[in-house]
Amino acid sequence: MTATQEPTTGQEIGRDRRRKEDQRLITGRTRWTDNITLPGMLHLAMVRSPFPHARITGINIEAARQATNVVAVYTGADLGEAQGACINAWPVTTDQVTPPHVPMPTDRVAFAGETVAVVVARSAAEARDAAELVEVDYEELPAALDLKEAAAAHETGGALAHPDLGTNVTAVWKFDSAEAGTGGDVEQAISEARANGIVIEREYRQQRLIPAFMEPRSVVVDPTGEQITIWSATQIPHILRFALAATTGVPESKIRVIAPDVGGGFGGKLQQTPEEMIAFAVARRLGKPVKFTETRSESLLTAHHGRDQWQRLTLAATKEGKVTGLKVDLLADLGAYVAIVGGGVPVLGAFMFNAIYKFPAYQFQTTNVLTNKTWTDAYRGAGRPEATYAIERLMDELAAELGKDPLEVREMNWIKHEEFPFTTVAGLEYDSGNYEAATARAREMFGYDELRAEQAERRARGDKVQLGIGVSTFTEMCGLAPSRVLGQLNYGAGGWEHAEVRMLPTGKVEVVTGASAHGQGHETAFSQIVADRLGVPFDDVEILHGDTQISHKGLDTYGSRSLVVGGEALVRAADKVIEKAKPIAAHLLEASADDLEFNGGRFTVRGTDQGMAITEIATAVFAAHNLPDGVEASLDSEATYDPVNFNYPHGTHLCAAEVDTETGQVKLRKYVCCDDIGVVINPLIVAGQVHGGLVQGIAQALWEEAVYDENGTLVTGSFVDYLLPTAADTISFEIDHTTSPSTTNSLGTKGVGEAGTIASTPAVVNAIVDALRPLGVNDVAMPCTPERVWRAINEGSAGGETTGAAAPHFDPSTGMSGTVDRAEGDVQ
Amino acid sequence: MARINLTVDGQKVADDVEPRMLLVHYLREKLGKTGTVVGCDTSNCGACTVHLNGRSVKSCNVLAVQADGGEVTTIEGLAGEDGQLHKVQEAFRECHGLQCGFCTPGMIMQTVDLLNENPSPSEEAIRLGLEGNLCRCTGYHNIVRAVQHAAGTATGTTEGASA
Repeated sequence: MTATQEPTTGQEIGRDRRRKEDQRLITGRTRWTDNITLPGMLHLAMVRSPFPHARITGINIEAARQATNVVAVYTGADLGEAQGACINAWPVTTDQVTPPHVPMPTDRVAFAGETVAVVVARSAAEARDAAELVEVDYEELPAALDLKEAAAAHETGGALAHPDLGTNVTAVWKFDSAEAGTGGDVEQAISEARANGIVIEREYRQQRLIPAFMEPRSVVVDPTGEQITIWSATQIPHILRFALAATTGVPESKIRVIAPDVGGGFGGKLQQTPEEMIAFAVARRLGKPVKFTETRSESLLTAHHGRDQWQRLTLAATKEGKVTGLKVDLLADLGAYVAIVGGGVPVLGAFMFNAIYKFPAYQFQTTNVLTNKTWTDAYRGAGRPEATYAIERLMDELAAELGKDPLEVREMNWIKHEEFPFTTVAGLEYDSGNYEAATARAREMFGYDELRAEQAERRARGDKVQLGIGVSTFTEMCGLAPSRVLGQLNYGAGGWEHAEVRMLPTGKVEVVTGASAHGQGHETAFSQIVADRLGVPFDDVEILHGDTQISHKGLDTYGSRSLVVGGEALVRAADKVIEKAKPIAAHLLEASADDLEFNGGRFTVRGTDQGMAITEIATAVFAAHNLPDGVEASLDSEATYDPVNFNYPHGTHLCAAEVDTETGQVKLRKYVCCDDIGVVINPLIVAGQVHGGLVQGIAQALWEEAVYDENGTLVTGSFVDYLLPTAADTISFEIDHTTSPSTTNSLGTKGVGEAGTIASTPAVVNAIVDALRPLGVNDVAMPCTPERVWRAINEGSAGGETTGAAAPHFDPSTGMSGTVDRAEGDVQ
Repeated sequence: MARINLTVDGQKVADDVEPRMLLVHYLREKLGKTGTVVGCDTSNCGACTVHLNGRSVKSCNVLAVQADGGEVTTIEGLAGEDGQLHKVQEAFRECHGLQCGFCTPGMIMQTVDLLNENPSPSEEAIRLGLEGNLCRCTGYHNIVRAVQHAAGTATGTTEGASA
């Protein structure tokens, strides 16, 4: 048997390879969880609470149970402890108050949409029909809905999301640079600035958002094998397996989790969901495969939401514009439960409010609050968009106060390229960066001076449509995460990643990664890395992931970690393969291992033309006829890599927006960005990540908001109401890169998955405020709808809250049939 | 139950279906045409777009019985019998017009319809023509490039693809 020898194709890293994944996806040969059909499979439908907070006083399942083709109906009490629990992996403080989170509660619901019963039927349609026959009696309880009121409820006697806890505040997490020894005293900086400098005080709202991945979540559980197999539309198959085992008592070795094709996540599928737990329990109870696929409305209502903070900010600076201190006080709405990393999301922002700047004093505090709304957790950027928004808005406010160009004020305060590595006031060590270079390139692409000149001209002639220029110079910490740091932050797990490289006898290479892609293109980018490292053709590398029986170890995909952590694990596993092959090559070539060089996939004997390809060695190892004594017959190697540091991509984003001062309409005119993400593996994939990230961030600025009415009903519960941008709403972008290789991984890479989202939101809002500043406007609340912009111009406010009236077609009379209608005067 | 006869991806099929069954569920559940997917309940997302008698329709918005006697083409029937990709499929791959790929069948089917109507659309016409199809991954930038590529109206720079 011989390995097929094909010429290698030269350097793969940096090539814009078209994606391996695409052939299946463009021809419809896909394996979404909902596509999976198994013999005897039953279908689930959830009965959900219409009330945000209520006691369950009775559930009558009889009518549903009698319906044709219904197999079973279960309540929380029926399933009992077999349901397991939804875990919180990150209690941010040791005294965090954490309400128990039962997948299907038995006595009380804590948000509208919570499951109270599950119907099992032979078809999904019959299950849904029967779910409407389940009669649930509720006794409504006062609901904690408003974040500020909820935060104070233990003092004011207001509504409690979980009355037994006595408070809605789950945790208060604080960082102070004076206490940590990383900087000065922020209160002193502020009082000095009040006396003899500039103080900017602002309060900003991070509205509630919905990740809104395109593939609704789906789960299939097959209990008919020796291991119970779960297919789920999840970002975290490994963590889900752990949570299932840890909370149900089923041994981890009896559980196999598969994330097949997964249609987007953006953090929204970084969750252990009640639906997964219920499906697992029902399948075990009945001994039959079951499937649950949510509707889009269920997805918007119950898949976790993101952001939702109030930010109180105080920036102190000298009269010249040098920032002397920043104080951040957050209220973060966690919703009804502390989700898997829910309480940690604001904490992930704690280290980023100081951004790219050299602030001498810094203080951060977040108060995490429970309310009777859908639970919140990671959404693309998770904590860092909030931080970047706050500081980039403030830097523009400081520039306005000084009458200086916003880029000039930033430059006065940012870390200069020769100052890296730089330890920040939040205690992080930024390894590399060049803010000057990225900004210079972005300015040039944008035509900054020309647009400023046009802006001045339009202002001078009182144009009804004003031009605004928005700046955002962001950085982020990504590549979650050094396990030791996570331990210090009280996170429940580590941040390493695992990889395995298997050399097949035919010369092909199988690569197993613990990262779990859901649209990012890992198969392509990881193949490029391994092809280069081992000197094998790109097409000969197969990437395997997302199945805990194949990829037995891993910590999955989120926090821009797959490449910078998982990629480095690949490199180390590949290097081990080369190391294992070397003595075998020496033996077969009858040379000393010290005289061997490995290059382009071949071991050669220095100074001779003798050589052997690593794939030939793989074949020889398979035969194992002629190996050196004591050498095992395998080249396959594993590596687990724990990063030594986060890494810190950065970039300069510039947005030009035209604002109609008569109608409040905002139109994007131009958006350019120059990001420094270190070494780029595949520029095509990177561009895609940037474009998609930009639109999600822009959408927060302009369109998206999850709105609850005063009854705690989500009125943006369909794609009719929750405004995802379309192709017609968006523009084309101009993107470029400068490169400061990361020094903390061997490839020099930095994360890119979240960069566009983190940077773009403040760029857009800054542009809108910049357009309107001559009219006396210094804030427009997000999303900057025409109504809000108009109010900001005409009422001198930031435009106010979005009310339930934002969905004026929502008519109570068209409410769900089969659920308990809200009786007049019933609200306590 | 109602009896329907139709042609799907070139094959004649016949089934008894519930009158309320949507075309998309018929395709997925009865025919196993799982390349066509369901992304919403309100005909906003367009992930389920197929061709019915040569025009694009959202198959969640058509009853299976309405397709009786008709000819349906799904993403699975778009490539040639020899596996030769349709130029729109090829363009989406070439221009990285997809990431997770969930919206892609609908995007491609809508693009084919758009280009049938207007073989050389402007960027604005492309953006308006795809307004009924949502994508959460790409920010639409490379989808627009892909449509231009398929139409042969790309401006020469493959800025989207190679930036």
